[in-house]
Amino acid sequence: MPGVAWLIAFFVVPVYAVTAVAFGQVDPILRTARPVWNPLQWDFQAMGDVLDRVIGGDLGRVFLRTFMFVGLALAGCIAIGYPVAYFVARKAGRSRGALLALLVLPFWISYLMRMLAWTNLLQLDGYVNRLLQWFHIIDAPRTWLDGDWPTVVIGLTYGYVPFFILPLYATLERIDGRLIEAGRDLGASATRTFFAVTLPLSVPGLMAASVITVLPMCGDYYTSAYLTSGSPRTEMVGSQIEFFLRQSTRPQAGASLVLILMAVLLVLMVYYLVATLRQQREAER
Amino acid sequence: MRLRRNPYGKAYGLAIVTWLYVMWSLLPVLLAVRISLNSGKSRSALQSMSFRWYWGDTTGSIWHDDAMQSALVNTLKLAGLCMLITTPLGLAMAIGLHRWRGKLSAGANGLMLVPIVTPELVFGVALLLVFTQLYSGIPAGLPTQLIGHVTFTVSFVVIIIRSRLAAIGGQYEEAARDLGANRFQALRLVLLPLLGPAIFASLMVTFATSVDDFVISSFLSTGAGTETVPIKIYSGAKAGSTPALNALATVMLLFTLTAVVLAGLVMKRLRTHGPDDSTASLTSVTI
Repeated sequence: MPGVAWLIAFFVVPVYAVTAVAFGQVDPILRTARPVWNPLQWDFQAMGDVLDRVIGGDLGRVFLRTFMFVGLALAGCIAIGYPVAYFVARKAGRSRGALLALLVLPFWISYLMRMLAWTNLLQLDGYVNRLLQWFHIIDAPRTWLDGDWPTVVIGLTYGYVPFFILPLYATLERIDGRLIEAGRDLGASATRTFFAVTLPLSVPGLMAASVITVLPMCGDYYTSAYLTSGSPRTEMVGSQIEFFLRQSTRPQAGASLVLILMAVLLVLMVYYLVATLRQQREAER
Repeated sequence: MRLRRNPYGKAYGLAIVTWLYVMWSLLPVLLAVRISLNSGKSRSALQSMSFRWYWGDTTGSIWHDDAMQSALVNTLKLAGLCMLITTPLGLAMAIGLHRWRGKLSAGANGLMLVPIVTPELVFGVALLLVFTQLYSGIPAGLPTQLIGHVTFTVSFVVIIIRSRLAAIGGQYEEAARDLGANRFQALRLVLLPLLGPAIFASLMVTFATSVDDFVISSFLSTGAGTETVPIKIYSGAKAGSTPALNALATVMLLFTLTAVVLAGLVMKRLRTHGPDDSTASLTSVTI
């Protein structure tokens, strides 16, 4: 099995290397990481320091901020994504094919290009400000790109909504139409049928879509850095990890932070794996 | 089977929301493309059209900027190689996992899915550390970036191909064996043609994923010579930039769209054996 060997060499071993660096030593002169491969000789000093800063320290605030951004962006994804996925899957009729192609289109556009587009729009004299002024919502141009948290939430929502819609679409599309008709035949109103039949049946898709967008968002550092010119006011966990590993002499701290992030996300990851494996087994039966 | 798709009238409100969303999702990008055609330096407003930032300007256009060109070449090289390595690897893996029964197989199957749920940042950090600490024999730069991309995309290929394998079932191959084909012939003459659309979908998805990747390329980049287009877009916005950045992004977009359209056409050709379309395989990737 060359494929499995590849995954072990370039996925399992690297993840272990993160652990070895997190619990390893730092070269006293070069200040580079010196990993310790033997778990018995691990040094928990760096991890302890980082954990202290996460619980009640400055890094804790960064974690809270990250989850706040991700939560708001997820809310945005649900608010936008559910109606769209529902419409395309169940109500679009003849325009379904065309709509589906348009929903897939963002996948082929580079993520950073889509962010670049927003840096164009959100300039001081950009079209967003002009539009808002034209409608008299704001009087003076707003500085969006200078460490503004709404910008980050808009950016994350815009960036990840396509990834949210497709899995949800697939679930909604597979719901047996007869169940919905049965709901109507039994006298329920369209709204009641939606809440009693369609919505519960779409919960697995909703969960999968949420997990598949939340996981990458938690490791995202470029969206916030790109849209706020690296302002510390909107820094996310990812930015800290990137900083520790690439711009500072404390790779141990960065590696520890990666492990903490993974521990936090583990529940979501396991949920997704179990759900996918179950689905796969059903498909093969 | 569903009796009627739309039994109770039209949903105009939802239709409006959906079309608004489509506009919102695509208009900014169209505007960015249009800005790349500006004749002036503005990155926020439309100016008269010109190809100044593509080749007209003697200092700032893509044609006269070596760094931008090398970024473009690097991105295409990386994506092309990644596509050609990942697809056969994933194909072998999918067929192997599909046939392999036993306790270990469940483990391998689960392992194969883990990269999909791992945030790219974790991936980038892990690869950076392992290449600097353990596999220092592999030259840093393009080779390590390539390995990173292959590892990151191989799971998608396995999922696409496995879903197709499950749809095909075992009977065609068994029939071929009954008619006297050996294992290799059955694979080559029966299974691979049946997998054609899925293989093309895989090529397309790995190419697009590799072109799009920023985190892994950036963590494993060793400086100016190994920068890719996304890295260029990311770092370019900080230094007072011009519409040339938009032009670079637009050129990359054209490459991707051409590749997707070509693959789509080939798939349409191949799709004579049964129902399978690119959107179906794409949704199976994201689920």
